[in-house]
Formats: sequence, C-alpha cells, structure tokens
Amino acid sequence: MNFQLNNEQQMIVDSIRVFLEKEIYPYEAETDRAGKVPEELGNQIREKAIETGFLACNLPESVGGGGLDYTTLGLIERELGKVSYALGGFIARPTELLLACEGDQIDRYLMPCVSGEKHEVFALTEPSAGSDIMSMLTRAVRDGNDYVINGSKHFISSPCLPDFAIVFAITGMDETKRGPRKRITAFLVDLDEKGFDIRLGPQCASQRAYRTYVLSFDDCRVSQDQILGEEGKGMELVDKWLSMGRVWVGAQSCGKMERLLELATDWAATRKQFGKPIGHFQGTSFKLADMATELQAADLLVMHACQKADRGNMTGEDAAMAKLFASEALGRAADHTVQIFGGMGLMEDLPVERLWRDARLERIWDGTSEIQRHIISRSLLRPFEN
Amino acid sequence: MKILVPIKRVIDANVRVHVKSDGSGVETANIKMAMNPFCEIAVEEAIRIKEAGHASEIIVITIGTSQCQDILRSGLAMGADRAILIETEAELQPLAIAKLLKAIVERQSPQLVILGKQAIDDDNNQTGQMLSALLGWAQGTFASKVVFNDGNVEVTREIDGGLETVSLQLPAIVTTDLRLNEPRYIKLPNIMKAKKKPLDILCPDDLGIDVNSRLKVLSIEQPAKRAAGIKLADVQELMDKLKNEAKVI
Ligand SMILES: Cc1cc2nc3c(=O)[nH]c(=O)nc-3n(C[C@H](O)[C@H](O)[C@H](O)COP(=O)(O)OP(=O)(O)OC[C@H]3O[C@@H](n4cnc5c(N)ncnc54)[C@H](O)[C@@H]3O)c2cc1C
Repeated sequence: MNFQLNNEQQMIVDSIRVFLEKEIYPYEAETDRAGKVPEELGNQIREKAIETGFLACNLPESVGGGGLDYTTLGLIERELGKVSYALGGFIARPTELLLACEGDQIDRYLMPCVSGEKHEVFALTEPSAGSDIMSMLTRAVRDGNDYVINGSKHFISSPCLPDFAIVFAITGMDETKRGPRKRITAFLVDLDEKGFDIRLGPQCASQRAYRTYVLSFDDCRVSQDQILGEEGKGMELVDKWLSMGRVWVGAQSCGKMERLLELATDWAATRKQFGKPIGHFQGTSFKLADMATELQAADLLVMHACQKADRGNMTGEDAAMAKLFASEALGRAADHTVQIFGGMGLMEDLPVERLWRDARLERIWDGTSEIQRHIISRSLLRPFEN
Repeated sequence: MKILVPIKRVIDANVRVHVKSDGSGVETANIKMAMNPFCEIAVEEAIRIKEAGHASEIIVITIGTSQCQDILRSGLAMGADRAILIETEAELQPLAIAKLLKAIVERQSPQLVILGKQAIDDDNNQTGQMLSALLGWAQGTFASKVVFNDGNVEVTREIDGGLETVSLQLPAIVTTDLRLNEPRYIKLPNIMKAKKKPLDILCPDDLGIDVNSRLKVLSIEQPAKRAAGIKLADVQELMDKLKNEAKVI
C-alpha cells in the first residue's frame, strides 16, 4: 500500500508480517482441510501473541492493551486479513465491548481476556434474527436479583470453544413514538452456567477451520451482576463498536486482496501458454490492473475511515462504505484470481481456492452488503424526511 | 562491556530488484527498505550476549541518509540501548565505512563489534575485515556460534568444507553468518519504547574522516535471462554443442 506509514507503524506491520509468515502461513492448508485447529497449535499461536504484545493490541493501555490508534489497528487488521481466521483468531483481540465491564466483572472477564486466559464469543445473531436484529426472540426475565434466559443463538463464531459468551436478550418493552420497542440487554454468561448449552454448528464453506457455534438457553439463571453495561442498553453498547468492526472487515478484505493480487501477478508472469506468459494477454493483465486499482481505492476508504475515527468524527456511513467497497472488491479480486489460475485456481494444492471461499464471508458478516447500502442510502435520504 | 553493532539499510529481501534503465544503479524509489538480514542477526546476537550477562550496553550504528533512522529504531525495538547515525548523502565504499566505524570505536570504546558478514545489496564482505585491520583487533568472521569464556570469545566459523573454531582476545570483531541465530520478533511494547531511546546524529566531518571514494561504479546490469532448455538426441550432439556453441571445451 502506498499510504504513508510512520516509522512505528511500519515496524508494527513488518513485525506482524514476520509473525504471520512463521506462525500461521505454514499451517493454513492443513487446518482448513481438517476443519479445525489442533489445540496445541492454537495454544502456541496464543503464547507467541502474548509474548509479542499483539494478543490485546486493540485495547487501551490502561487495561494492559496495546494502546494503539485506529489507523495503526487498521494496518494490523489488514495483515491479519491475509491469513486464516481460525489461526489468526488466536491473536485474540478481545471485543471492545468488554471495556464496559465494571466491579468484579473486570477481574472475571476483561482482564483474563487481555492476558489470554479466557476467550469470549459475541452472541447476537439468532436463527430468526440476522440482519433484522430487533426480531430477536431470546428473553431474560427478571426473578428477584436474577434473570432467567431462554432462547437460542447461531453462527456464533470463535477459533476455539470460548470460556464465556456475551449474550443479548430482551428484558422488556419500551413505548416509543413509533410504537413498542424491545429493551435489549447484554449478559456475561459462563460456559458452565446451568441451562446453557453450546454446540458446534454446521460446517461453513468460508474459513472452514473457524468454528460457528449454536448456543441454547433453557431456564439459564444468571445474577443481575452478569449484566454488561446497563439493563436495556445492550444495543447502545453494540452500536458503539459496530462501525469500527465494519472498518476492520474492510481492512481485512484489503489484506486478502493484496495476497490474491500477489498470487495472481506471480502466476500471470510465469505461467506460459501460446509461448508467452499469460500476463502478456490483456485478457489476463487487465484483470490485474483492475484488482490493483480497486485495492488502492479500498485501502484509501479504509484508511480514511480510520483517520476519521482517530479524530473522533467517523460516521456510520464512512464505515459502511469502507466495508461495502472493500468486501465487494475482494469478491471480484478472488474471482479474477481463480480465472487467472485456470483449473489450478480450483485445486486444493494451491491457496487460491481457499482464499476464494474465505473471501465470500466478508460480504455477509458484520452486516451484509445490502445492509451497508441501506445505511449509506438512509443517510442520504434522511434530510428529506419530515 | 559495550557492544557496537554497525547495521545497514538495504532493499527488503522480499522485494524483486530492478536495474534502472540508465544502468546507474538499482531502483530504490518507492521501494521497501529494511535492515540487512545479516545485520539483524548481529543485533540479535548482541542482545543474547547482553542477556547472558556478558555485556552492559548495545549501541547500533549506521551510516547513510536521514531515512536510515528507521533501521536504527528497529534495532532499538529489538533491544539495543542507543543508536548513532552518521548522516551523509554520499555513496560510501567499505573502506570509508570502516574508517568511520574506527573513529566511533575510538570514541565509544566497545570491547566487541558485531556486524553482518556482508550486506545483501553489494555483497562486498569487506567492512568487518577492514575494520579489524584498521584497529589491529582480532577477527572472527562468518560466525555460526559465539561463546564467551572470561576475556576471550570463541567463534565457530563456517568455512569451505567444515567448521573452524577460533578463540579471540577482546577487543574483537565478529561478523555473522546466516546460521548464527534466528532474530526475535519485535514486540509491540518495545516498538513504542524505541521511540524514547537516544539516537545521536553526527556527520563524517565531525569525525574528521575523508570519505571520498576511490572507486567508481561504471554500470550495473540485470543478470542475463536464462534461456529455456532443449533436449538433445545423444552424447555426440552434447559434445558438439559444448565445443562449438557454448565453447566451453
Ligand atoms: C461464519 C460466520 C460467523 C459469524 N459470527 C457471528 C458472531 O460471532 N456473532 C454474531 O452475533 N453473529 C455472527 N454471524 C452472523 C452474521 O452477522 C449474520 O449472518 C449476518 O448479519 C446476516 O444475517 P443472516 O445470515 O441471518 O442473513 P439474513 O438477514 O437472513 O439475510 C439474507 C439476505 O437478505 C438480505 N436482506 C435482509 N434484510 C434486507 C433489507 N432490509 N434490505 C435488503 N436486503 C436485505 C441480506 O442482505 C441477505 O442478502 C456470523 C455469520 C457467519 C456466516
């Protein structure tokens, strides 16, 4: 990327690159084929991530994190986007939602995640509530000082079995001008809590070794002390970090695009047909030109969003545009790369088919492309509404 | 004991190098630069020696443009204590580098200088040896193992056909080979700390060294492309081609 990095940022990018090359690249193919990461390998990556200070690089220094700005974090996410999330996920980067921990929660949930002793999952999506999160059905009913949770979550992803889940549930209804609205609350629920069951979900075509779990709650009783943030303020908590998460998907998409472009360029320069490298034919080389141009555009959108986030004025649309364009450009780049590789692009011997499958996810999670377009277009049309 | 580690900024080893169209050098504009890999090994070895309690301070030094501060910061992030940049725009030859380093050695009085056996750009493999001659110090070049024994340093050298172990009396010069060690990952907190470590900037004039080059690079060429191979019918044809086409026998 031609975006001007400062000396520290360049060192950080170089250092994470070397880390990924040594600790992750060599294991990607086998873990993808096996559909899971061997425990030892996961622990090994986690240990090294702790040692190098990358495990919680996304969190502030005050809690023991890396204390980096959003631009630098974007550069790190860009590198991590190049590799398997099942393996890269052991460089945990705990969710920023945990910064809302208070009192005992800090030592029980936040700090163990920073130190790598515990791993969380973020459980919002339900079979009936994907893009339309307010159609959520999981409920938590107050009973004295406790809440009793019933319902289920799916697509809840993690590189390994978590220690606890941040679970979103309805805790009541509010009357608003537009009619009744669900009060949603976030709970910290330990894996061994009675009435909480976690199972491996279906195998995903993207990121095969990254696991998605199904969570079921059957009269699962948790204390009110398990509420993360405030009762009824769960969606505010999500909204605070949702946009940044989308920028990270954009950054990861750029990283993956860069990896694809390198593979495609190398192949176009060396694979010969009709007596020439196939890159001599414009049918091939123009695809490279499009990929490189779109990569640069995507990088600029992502870095623009990061810089605005650093100045405290990033909007939801900035994040939506970065995610939308980068993930869609990635889709085109992945398809072009398979085409440039021909039959070999579909064979398991090379990483291309895997990257192509992996790329597909980016347009779906953290809000689908359609939802991003919805956000962008709503912001355009809102001023005309009365 | 202080250790001085001279390091060089070169084109990143992963970059595909291009010769400029006028043959005056290789293209460096907009190209990723990095610390020479052999120099990284030298910094790593110095840190290991310090961690083992044989040294108290590590100074990294480089000679070049102001941009070279980036590799000094990398050396500091790896674990060096302070850095020196001798700032110059001039293209320096190994002899000039060795003279500048000698002047620094005289000011800083390290007991050990560890440097890469060569830089991957010019592949000169001279600076360490020249510095040793100028200082009159013992040298252990192409080190694949360095062991401290009170007052002496044992260096295992990679030589043709095997390994040679020499014992050097300090002060000494060691140049590193590829197998000496594997440089550590730079840790995130250390990158932040590196910003605060001292980095002094000098110029060749401050040291009173004449750095004028006695050597002029006339031209640089891309290596000839390897032509595709062909299949020969028999040994007869091979002999014929070796004699008449390749003219090697
Ligand atoms: C591998 C993986 C990991 C995941 N990890 C997590 C996790 O850890 N935690 C978590 O909570 N969730 C997670 N998710 C869930 C993810 O965020 C959802 O899949 C996503 O929000 C989309 O929801 P859905 O799959 O139910 O699709 P749906 O919402 O059913 O959408 C189906 C299609 O309809 C379109 N659509 C829906 N509404 C509209 C509209 N208003 N206008 C136009 N088009 C519309 C969508 O764009 C899409 O094309 C994960 C998903 C996957 C696949």
